[in-house]
This record gives sequence, C-alpha cells and structure tokens, in this order.
Amino acid sequence: MTFREYLKENIVYLDGGMGTLLQARGLKPGQYPEMWNITQSDIIRDIHKAYFDAGSNVVNTNTFGANTLKFSENELEKIIAAAIKNAKDAAKMSTGTQEKFVSLDIGPSGKLLKPYGDLDFEDAVELFAKVVRYGTKYGADLITIETMNDSYETKAALLAAKENSSLPVIVTNAYGKDGLLMTGASPEAMAAMLEGMGADAIGANCSLGPEQLRGVMERLLACASVPVVLKPNAGLPRSVGGKTVYDVMPEEFALSIKDLTDMGVRVIGGCCGTTPEYIKMLVQRTKECKIKPLTDKNITAASSYTHRVMFGSGPVLIGERINPTGKKRLKKALMENDMDYILNEAISQQEKGAHILDVNVGIPDINEKDMLKEAVCQIQTVSDLPLQIDTSNVEAMEAALRRYNGKAMVNSVNGKMKSIEEVFPLVKKYGGLVVALTLDENGIPDTAEGRVKIAEKILQKAKEYGIEKKDIVFDTLAMTISADSKAASVCLEAMRRIKYDLGCHVIVGLSNISFGLPSRDVLNGVFFAMALENGLSGAIMNPNSSEMMKTYYAYRALRGLDENCLDYIEKSGSFTEYKSEGKPAPDVKEETEFKSALQRAIVKGLKDQAGEITKELLNSEKPLNIVQNEVIPALDIVGEGFEKWRVYLPQLLMSAEAAKSAFEHIKSALPPKEKQDDDFPIIIATVYGDIHDIGKNIVKLLLENYGFSVYDLGKDVPPEKILEETVRLKAPLVGLSALMTTTVASMEKTICLLRKEAPWCRVVVGGAVLNREYAEKIGADKYAKDAMESVRYAEEIKNQVKNKKQR
Amino acid sequence: MTWSTVYKREYSAPEVSIKEILRYARSGEEAKDVVTLAQECLEEAAGVLAFKVCFREFDISVSGDQCDLGFVKVKSKGLSKNLGGCKRAIVFAATVGLGIDRLIMKYGAVAPSKTVMFHAIGAERVEALCDLFCTDMENELGPITRRFSPGYGDLSLSMQSDIFRALDCTRQIGLTLNDSLLMSPSKSVTAIFGIKDSGDTEEKEDKCEICSSINCPFRRV
Repeated sequence: MTFREYLKENIVYLDGGMGTLLQARGLKPGQYPEMWNITQSDIIRDIHKAYFDAGSNVVNTNTFGANTLKFSENELEKIIAAAIKNAKDAAKMSTGTQEKFVSLDIGPSGKLLKPYGDLDFEDAVELFAKVVRYGTKYGADLITIETMNDSYETKAALLAAKENSSLPVIVTNAYGKDGLLMTGASPEAMAAMLEGMGADAIGANCSLGPEQLRGVMERLLACASVPVVLKPNAGLPRSVGGKTVYDVMPEEFALSIKDLTDMGVRVIGGCCGTTPEYIKMLVQRTKECKIKPLTDKNITAASSYTHRVMFGSGPVLIGERINPTGKKRLKKALMENDMDYILNEAISQQEKGAHILDVNVGIPDINEKDMLKEAVCQIQTVSDLPLQIDTSNVEAMEAALRRYNGKAMVNSVNGKMKSIEEVFPLVKKYGGLVVALTLDENGIPDTAEGRVKIAEKILQKAKEYGIEKKDIVFDTLAMTISADSKAASVCLEAMRRIKYDLGCHVIVGLSNISFGLPSRDVLNGVFFAMALENGLSGAIMNPNSSEMMKTYYAYRALRGLDENCLDYIEKSGSFTEYKSEGKPAPDVKEETEFKSALQRAIVKGLKDQAGEITKELLNSEKPLNIVQNEVIPALDIVGEGFEKWRVYLPQLLMSAEAAKSAFEHIKSALPPKEKQDDDFPIIIATVYGDIHDIGKNIVKLLLENYGFSVYDLGKDVPPEKILEETVRLKAPLVGLSALMTTTVASMEKTICLLRKEAPWCRVVVGGAVLNREYAEKIGADKYAKDAMESVRYAEEIKNQVKNKKQR
Repeated sequence: MTWSTVYKREYSAPEVSIKEILRYARSGEEAKDVVTLAQECLEEAAGVLAFKVCFREFDISVSGDQCDLGFVKVKSKGLSKNLGGCKRAIVFAATVGLGIDRLIMKYGAVAPSKTVMFHAIGAERVEALCDLFCTDMENELGPITRRFSPGYGDLSLSMQSDIFRALDCTRQIGLTLNDSLLMSPSKSVTAIFGIKDSGDTEEKEDKCEICSSINCPFRRV
C-alpha cells in the first residue's frame, strides 16, 4: 500500500523525539546528530526500531538539519543514504505488524530568508531541493517538512519537494503560544498556502505540549480539507535534581491527543521529549478512535504571510491604486524605478481599509517580469495584506507567484484557450486564487447568458487541470454605461447567475462602469451597492473613494454584517468631506521666527501640512522657486541645528519627511527628468555582507531633499554591482555604508575595485564602526560622520565638478 | 563536563523605559515631539513584540584568559575576568521577535524617523528582556555575574556560531544566524553569565564600564 492510500483510510502514527534520545546516548551539545547516521548507525537504527515496535507507521529519518549549509554535498548524500537505510533496516527488523513507511525528514535551514535574513528564496529552494533529490534517490516513501517557523521558508521547502519528486509531503509548522508562527502566520494562512501548493497533510509540531496546541488544531480542522497532523512536545522540559524531565507524562499525552483525534486530527505522533513509550501509549489510547471522514471546507481565500482573507463573509475590498492605467504619477514612478511611491500607495490603501492589494506594473519599455517580482517582494515588506498579481505577461506572473509569500490572487485567466493553457498550470503549481474574466476568443458577450457559458467552460477546464471551483472567482466585467445603457444590467445578471446557479464567488472591477461620465464616484458607489445585492463577494476599487467606502460600511450595517453597527459608527465621521481644521492659531513668537508657513511646517516636521501648503503654493509659484526659496532654506535651518546639537536625529528626520512630502507635490508639477540634477548622479549602497540600511536610507533622504539624484542600490550589494552602476552612470560620487567590523573588509574591496575601474569617482563612507583614520586606511576620499556631512560633501564635489567643466 | 538540556521561557512585556528609548534614538527627553513619536511607535510595536529566551547551563573552567565553556573554548581577557571564580555558567539567547524588524523595514521607505524610533524601541526592549531574565535567574540560582556578549571587549563575534549550535536557537526561539554573524530577528541578544559561588556577593560592574568601546555613542557616562 502506498502512503497516500494509507492516509485516506487510517489514523497514521508518526514517531516521537530523536534529539533527547541521542543526548541520552552521548551526543554532545554542538555535535551534529546527522553524522550519527554514519558513525553510530546502530544507535539510530535502534531508536527507529523502537518506534516501529511501539506502533509508528511513519518514522522520520535522522536528517533534520542535513543540508549543504552544514555539510558538503558529498557528505550530505552519504548522510541521507545512510539515514534512509537505517530507517528501512529498522522497519525490517521491527516486530510490529502495522504498515511501515520511511519519511525523509526536512527541518529549517537555520537561516532566515531575505529580506529579514540573508538567505535568498531561490537559494533556499535549491538547498532543500538537494535534500529532496537524495531522499528520493535513496528510496524514501514520503517527505516530512517540519518545525518550520517561517511561512516563506516553508514555501521554499514545499516547492523544492514538489519540483523534485512526486512523493507525498507532510508539512508541519512550529506554532507559538499565540497560535502563530514566529514570522506571524496564522493556521488559516498556512492552510491556504500549503493546500494551494498541494501538501498531502498539514499541521503542527514541536514548540508546545498537546493541550497548548489544541487551539491551533481546532483552527486547522475548521479550514483544512487535507488531513491534519499533530506532533507535539511532551510539554516543557524541567530540571529536577539535575535531571531533565518533561512535564507531560505518556498517559496524559495520549489522552490529550485522543481527544483531538476524536475531533478529526488523524496523523499523530510526538516531538521533543517524547519516547517510544509515549507512542506506544498513544497507539493504545487511540486505536479504537473512529476515523472522521475528510470534508472539503470549500473555502475561497487568498493569504499573506500573516493572515487569510476569505470570500463570502462580507465584501472584500481589493485596492486598485497600484495599476498604471490612467495614472500618470504611477507611470512616472515606474519609469523612474521609484519604488517608494509604490510602497506608499500600498500603505495608504491598507490604512484606508483595503483587504487585498492589486499589483499591476505593466507599462511599455520596462522589464515587467523583474519589476513585478520586485514590486511584489517589496510591497510584502510594508504591507501584510494578500496581493493580487495582475498581469497578462505569463513570465511576470510566474516570477511574482513564485516569490510571493502566501497564497496570492491571480488576475487573470479568461475563456481563451491560450490563457487557460498558460495560467492554470501556474495556479496549480504555486497555488492561488484566480480571477476568471468572462470573455473568450469572440470577445465579451453582450448577454448574461453568454458570460455564464464562458464561466462554465472555464470551470470545466479548471477541473481538468486539477484546480477546484473554490479557487476561482469570476469577474463578470463592468463596461461603461456611457457606451451601452445595458452594460450594468448584463454584468449584474451574469453575476447573480454565476453566484447562485454555479455557486462561485464573483468580484468586479467597479470603476469602469462610469467611464466617460461626470461625478464618477456617485455612479460607482451606487453600482457597488447594486452589485452587492446581486451576489458580489468583492470589488476591485479605489479605497480613497469616499462614496465607495460609504457604500461598503452602510451595506455591512444593513446586511447585519457589522455587529451593533460599530464599524459604521466609527467610520461615519470620515464620511463627510474631509475639511482641514483651519490653520492653527498663530503663535506670534513663532511666526517671526519663520519666513513662511512652508518653512515652519518643514522645520517643525509637519508632514501633512508641508504637503498641503506646497500644493497651494504651486498655484502661484514656480516649482523650482519653491525648492530654492522655501525648502532648502528650511532644511538648512534644521541641518545647522543638528550639526550644532540643538536638533536631535528623529527631529532632523521628521523635517526631512516633511520636505519629502513637499517634494512629492513639486515632482508632480514637473515634467519627468527635469526634477533632479542628472549631471550629478550619486550612487549609494550598504556594502556586501551587511544588511543595515538605516544610515544609508537617512543619507539618501537628505541628499534627495537637497535635490540630488540618488541611485540607491540597496543593502548587501556586491562590489561588482556597485562598480557596474558607477560606470553605467559615470557617477562622480559613491556613498558606502557599513555597520559591522566584519563588513568593513568588503567596503575596502569595493573601494579598491572602484579605484581601479572607475578612477574618476569620489567615495564617501559612513557607518557606526568607521572613523576618520579607518576611512583613510581603507582608501576612502571622505568620512562623513552623519547624513548632514554627506550632503555638505556632495555639494562640495558638485561645485568642483561644475568648476572643472566651466574651465 | 556536564550540561543540562536547553530550556525556553516566554515573558510578557517588561516595563518600558522611555528614557532608554530616547537614549538609543539619540534624543533628549526635553524634545516633546520626539517623546510623542516614541509613544506612538511604542503603541504600534506593542502588538507585535514577543519576549523569548532559551538557555542552557554548562560547567566551565577559567585559567588566565582561557575559558572552557563546555561547548567551546575561547580566549578573552574580558570574559575570563567576568567569569573568574565561577564553575558554572548560563548561556542564553533572547529575542523580541521579527515584528519589530518588519516595522523597521516598513517605515524605512516612508518615515525614517519612525524607523529610527523602532530601532531604539527594539534595542530597549531586548535589553529589558535580558535584564528581566537575568534577574529571574539570580533569584533562582543565587548571585550571578554581569551578562557578557560576543563582541563585548575582546570576545570574538565568531563565538556566535558555537552558541547557536549549543542552544539550538532556531528551533527553540526562531532565532537565526547570518553569514556575517548577525542575528535575525535583529533585535536579539546572546550572552553568557557566571553563577557565583554562594557568599560571593561582590557588586556587578556596569555593562558599559566593562566594555572597551570607549567611543561608543551609546555609552552611558
């Protein structure tokens, strides 16, 4: 019998702890247990055998930390081969008569993935892929990915398993007392992602005892359509008279798990502190349990690295602001690779109440594949909302889906065969909730009937690809009523029939409905209400639109989705048109200190005010005059204060942010490319091996404030990359940052390389470990003790360059 | 040589010191707008902070500047002085979790003043966690020496890898070590302290006083 067949019909018993037993047999702290597969194979085999004797169906190989970060590839192969042999030999030697399987055990890499750690996602996939390939080669029956405390690393491991073998995969995560992974993922979010990617069973192991994991089990049972796994610790270790004991004894352990087995948990075993005795007791206490049949929970959801957003329990708002169609400012940001603008849009939509963010970066003449991947990764650093990957470029779609941390929405597939053949395999492989447009080779049908037919065809095709109905939401396509007066009716009718006849969720891109008409917000808001009454589950919309948000809160209150109308009441204050509260009462003393209101706002670090005032000023003043006469003098006041220790760092930054907010408006008023001084591009980076970028970011902000054109290469940047950009831009100035003594070496290396290959450029360095002498020693032109000094130096070099040119 | 198993503790939030946070943010208490910013950021951080420690006890021996810590032998005058006379020591790792790193990164793009503040809050929080843990241990084990971390004085940062192996930090509290020996989550501390023989109740030295980085901007005067 294969493991998959066995899993369908039975309670599956896993094994118990390994580490504690190895310590008892002499493994010393810091020694690698995996080596014992080779050096002490008899001990490992004995432990496996004891678990099979106790009744385990599945024994995990002793390969928890076996990866190429710790071992050479040659060693790795030997370890895995020996580990599988040890387990297989144990199965043969065991007296147990139950079905026996050997599982290739994969634990965390011990590193955190980028951007918070230094392991690249693809490197993690490859790291696990090596383990999977050897495990498959040497005959494991299944793969267990366990004790993962990061959803992203879990995804990398599962992807590696799926790409390199067809073996069944069990995935268990280490949940904390708060019911979340260390990186913040909820059980529902993990279930959405793991099921989407095709895990055979999912659950929890390690970290806590069975009782403390009860909550996690209940939550998984409520949302998982695959078998749920529990492999808890024997409670917590305690020291009693110098000996380590765990506080949950076998009997108590078994009874706790039995209770959960009755509720539906069906793959069970133990982790730290458990022994064959625990497993034996567990088998005894649960062998009479009736197996609960698996049910499809039929949940339509997308997830992020923290939480799940479900369709069908209230309207889902999908923010549409990150889509360049019709948005000049975003197009400009994309052309200039201005990621900060995009990140700001993400943050602001979340603050306004969006549940999911659409991400579309498709403009002509950019590498959409790289841009979309980058945008998705970066947005995931500022927002924990699930994302909707929106592109018609299949390569870009795959790149973004692969890197996305969670179960993404995919926008979109449609009834055309080409689209189905391109998109469905990606959804199947990476998981995803796909938006299906009701159009095909013949265009958009003008009848509801026609649109429903296409929906039926898409569902049929999805089934052939192994994609379930619950993973598809339809968009019945809102076309503008200014061109066709029936457009709204047809869209609504198709919506209602797909929702109630086909039983699928429907979303719609609302704003199209009013295209070409005045006061679009009014139409959009009413159409939104009509659609909700026709079964709409979610809308792609503008969260900044007050009409839309009014409809949203009102609908929820009216439909009984907002208990005691609390949300409605809370938000009602913002429904009336926002009016600024007027200018603050003038402080006579202060007024005399500042030349103008904008200067005051910047010096005082009042971000919103600085933006508003600039907007007004732009009606009467030339953009560049505002910079020269208002912004720069204000920054100088603050900068001087900082240099003289009258202004603290956080205050300097608040002013810089206020100036930036002024610049945002100034930028919009300028044609592209004129806004900055492109004759003097400055490159900045945190050097290779170092991931501290706060200092670098502050320098960047201030340089930008002073009108410099800054090319920020980010952190952990290899010397070659810095050189490449310096040469490409013929940059006269490069700023390097390092925070650690260990990474100053790579700063030195970068400088050496620049001296050789880009002798024209000046190098300014900074960072906590540096000082003037050190900077000289590694060959820098200048040590800047803080951001202001960097600005002064940049101005000095710029003047030199200018003078040279004039001569 | 004997050693215990690795133990794990989770704490609720230790008391906050705004003064310390401002010191890490390189600001003074009289800057009212900065204090307001600190309070806002504290509120935002409160929900995402975790306070986790894992630790293990080792028999140790110290002679000259050589310390045999049971899981590794290191050469360090500073550590030897710190552990001098102790036969047992506790090695621990503490973290306030990844949430604060997320906030630091999130605001890096939009509000660097907040990023500075979250850095400061993270530093204050993890130091407060370490202090809380050490006080706890002192209550349980009797007098202990001041905690000493890799990178303090002449104690090499390379000892981090040994500590990570000995404590199984990733499994215990989700802490990882980068190639450049930085920890992720970044607001984390590893350290060692000696357990003094009872009766030895000499005053602990201040952690800044025993550090040789005399130009450190965060040094307490």
